[in-house]
Amino acid sequence: MIEWFTMATWSPYIVGVGIGVLIWTTFLLSDRPLGCSTAYAKTAGMIESVFSRERAQAMPYYQKITPTVDWQWMIVIGVLIGAFISAYLSGTFTVLIVPPEFAETFGTEPLLRSIVALLGGILMGLGARWAGGCTSGHGISGTLQLSLASWVAAICFFAGGILIAGLMYGFSFI
Amino acid sequence: MAFERLRADKRAQIVLGLVTGIIFGFLLQKGGVTNYGVIIGQLLLTDFTVVKVMLSAVLAGMIGIYAMKSAGLVRLHYTRGAVGSTVIGGLIFGAGFAILGYCPGTAAGAVGSGALDAAIGMVGIALGAGIFARLHPRLDRSVHKRGIFPAETIPELIGVRPGIVVTGVALLIIGILYLLAVLGL
Repeated sequence: MIEWFTMATWSPYIVGVGIGVLIWTTFLLSDRPLGCSTAYAKTAGMIESVFSRERAQAMPYYQKITPTVDWQWMIVIGVLIGAFISAYLSGTFTVLIVPPEFAETFGTEPLLRSIVALLGGILMGLGARWAGGCTSGHGISGTLQLSLASWVAAICFFAGGILIAGLMYGFSFI
Repeated sequence: MAFERLRADKRAQIVLGLVTGIIFGFLLQKGGVTNYGVIIGQLLLTDFTVVKVMLSAVLAGMIGIYAMKSAGLVRLHYTRGAVGSTVIGGLIFGAGFAILGYCPGTAAGAVGSGALDAAIGMVGIALGAGIFARLHPRLDRSVHKRGIFPAETIPELIGVRPGIVVTGVALLIIGILYLLAVLGL
């Protein structure tokens, strides 16, 4: 039993089914789909509130997505802790700034990777809120409810991702 | 109903959110999808771990959620999309997905595994969400209303009962997973 927790990786099918079952519990116990990108909008609202509470409260988006610590916000904190527990137990916790696959093509300069990660993150945060969800909210929780918007969003996530990754690293299938 | 009371209990929900997140993060890390190489490998179509995890989750989740819905235990949560919101937003997200190499959930998981570039990515995601919040009133009046989808769900779009669509999608997912295994991807 304990070997399970110290294994570096599990079968992707088992992990997937585990996430599916976890989503049963979020619908049943919290009446919510499992998503991550809302928490980032809440964080942005919290930071905005630090500078000017009145201005943040006047923004319609933060009236819809309130900048408060709640179920949705705790999810992302939990993911960080849960992944740490998993990595720590399996001895795979490694501090790095430049992932090896990135370094192979673009070099080991931490500043370059940091700028790229920041720009990628900005686009992702903008796109996630624009589309109303991310890889978990639309890609898993939405598609499993057979939501049309979620299926279209998931296809666009991968279409955009495959195009830009191909431009960065070269298309493997050409 | 006991569930209604639990769902309305704010403090209990904060604890539930944390516990749910910990299990989710644990599973993502064990699945390998908090790794930059695995995500980029999926977008380069050389590693299909991300698709295997997502499709298995959708298969198990869909059957359970629709079973609980017919038993009256859960409500569904979806909204109507539009070309201007879903397609454009989805493509912007996809570009960010490739450039960052993590998504909003797996970025947090990657930080938990020691990837500091993912922490910078998380700052970026919050910045991007903040930029969206500022654009929201203008977008909501214009682009987001372009090309509103004719239906909210696939069963509604094709006019087939949800139970049949669930069966069809389940068979499709099993077929894709089987094909990926046969092709050795």
